[in-house]
Amino acid sequence: MPPDIAISLEQIDIIYRAQAYAGGGVRDGGPARAGDYHAVSQATLAVKEGEFVSIVGPTGCGKSTLLNAAAGLLQPANGGVSIYGDLLSGLNARAGYLFQQDALMPWKTALENVAIGLEVAGVDPAIARDRAEHWLAQVGLQGFGLRYPHQLSGGQRKRVGLAQVLIRNPDILLMDEPFGPLDAQTRQIMGNLLLSLWAQERKAVLFVTHDLEEAIALSDRVVIMSSGPKATIIGDYRIDLARPRDAMDVRLDAGFHAIHKAIWDQLRGEVMKAYQGVSP
Amino acid sequence: MSVSKRTLLLLQILVAVVALGIWHIGSSVPILGVYFLPKFFFSTPWDVAARIVKLFSGTLIWKHLGITLTETLLAFVIGAGGGVLIGFWFARRPLINAVFDPYVKMANALPRVVLAPIFMLWLGLGIWSKVALGVTLVFFIVFFNVYQGVKEVSQAVLSNARMLGMTEQQLFRHVYWPSALSWMFSSLHTSVGFALVGAVVGEYLGSAAGLGYMIHEAEGVFDTTGVFAGMVILAAFVLVVDAIVTAIEHRLLVWRPDAAGRNV
Repeated sequence: MPPDIAISLEQIDIIYRAQAYAGGGVRDGGPARAGDYHAVSQATLAVKEGEFVSIVGPTGCGKSTLLNAAAGLLQPANGGVSIYGDLLSGLNARAGYLFQQDALMPWKTALENVAIGLEVAGVDPAIARDRAEHWLAQVGLQGFGLRYPHQLSGGQRKRVGLAQVLIRNPDILLMDEPFGPLDAQTRQIMGNLLLSLWAQERKAVLFVTHDLEEAIALSDRVVIMSSGPKATIIGDYRIDLARPRDAMDVRLDAGFHAIHKAIWDQLRGEVMKAYQGVSP
Repeated sequence: MSVSKRTLLLLQILVAVVALGIWHIGSSVPILGVYFLPKFFFSTPWDVAARIVKLFSGTLIWKHLGITLTETLLAFVIGAGGGVLIGFWFARRPLINAVFDPYVKMANALPRVVLAPIFMLWLGLGIWSKVALGVTLVFFIVFFNVYQGVKEVSQAVLSNARMLGMTEQQLFRHVYWPSALSWMFSSLHTSVGFALVGAVVGEYLGSAAGLGYMIHEAEGVFDTTGVFAGMVILAAFVLVVDAIVTAIEHRLLVWRPDAAGRNV
């Protein structure tokens, strides 16, 4: 495999075992048994170095599951995950992960939360703090270092989370609906912040969202997942909109509408399937 | 429910004045020739106040207070330390927890007062039998809280910490430990209170010093005034200890939305 492929998921199956603890969680391979949930089936996806790829799909289709497999938080039952050509075992040390939920340590200040990623790697605490100050400024939170997470707004907490991930300078960014809980304006502002930070140092990004517009506005490629169970990747669209982009203005672009229509025509069917699955 | 601080304080004082007034009238003013709170059983507010002043003009009371405080602190420190260690151990080792679970529940259900005589046999009438009684009370509160604290660390925070490259040891220091401590501190009032209960009950059941002993001694000679004076001093002592605990809590749990006093 060429090493310029940052993330490669090869025909992976992810099965949530009903008897989760018998064989050590989802680690055990083999086919799905009765009661198991076969979340993802035969999913193949490659993200090149410096490429921004979004995964879009209906609710509960296993987008986050796929991301967790790339992070090493979940082991696929079949198939393999390769990171820069090396088969992944254990956690993905080259990736930073921005979670959907609040994942900051509530007992640490914003500054401590950002600095911790360097401190645990053995960086001198004073230097780690300096770097953390720098990264807080990068995400627009200069002067907020001494606040605790509960003293910050939802959007500010996401900014701290972004700084916390980026300070470690990971080669890969994994983002699980990171702006999901935010209001529409804040989402667009955060999208622009993400784009400007990404433009400085192009990392491979795998971005999960249920918002197609957000996916198109940010990405180089948008992949579509089918509805679960046995979800898999059913569409792969290149987004050839010029960069640098403005996450807000790009939505008014004629090209944007054409792409949006093409993807939505396919996605709509899957969304309807997902809804028929849950509603009577 | 919006009452100004001053009005509230006035109302609180009013409650005390009314209660003391009823006590005073009942014990010193005959109504239809009858004292409905006879002095022998209820003493009088003035006598109790005079006794407290007299006690504090001597030096003996400080010795009693000092003994009770020492017992309380020792019981708290030993009980909380044990609770933290064992709580952590049980939370991280599900097998150990499963094996000992029925015994922990059994020991916790036992009324601790019945242990007092056995502690006195083992440890004598000095402070250690009281400390032991307090420890058995404090231990379980802290144990259950720390256990819960370790178990209920948010999965997102934990996964995030792992993805930030933390080793098991670092997870312990930066995630499990602060989480468990916060649960322990949230039970600080209860556990310090129970440490004091252990000390006083222990003294009451058999000792030669301390507030519990003072009350017991007065009771032995039907000195109602002495009993009430001891109770008032004990109550004031509890208020002071509680205020100190509150101050410590505010300092240590500044990151918590409720404890910080902001965003309430």
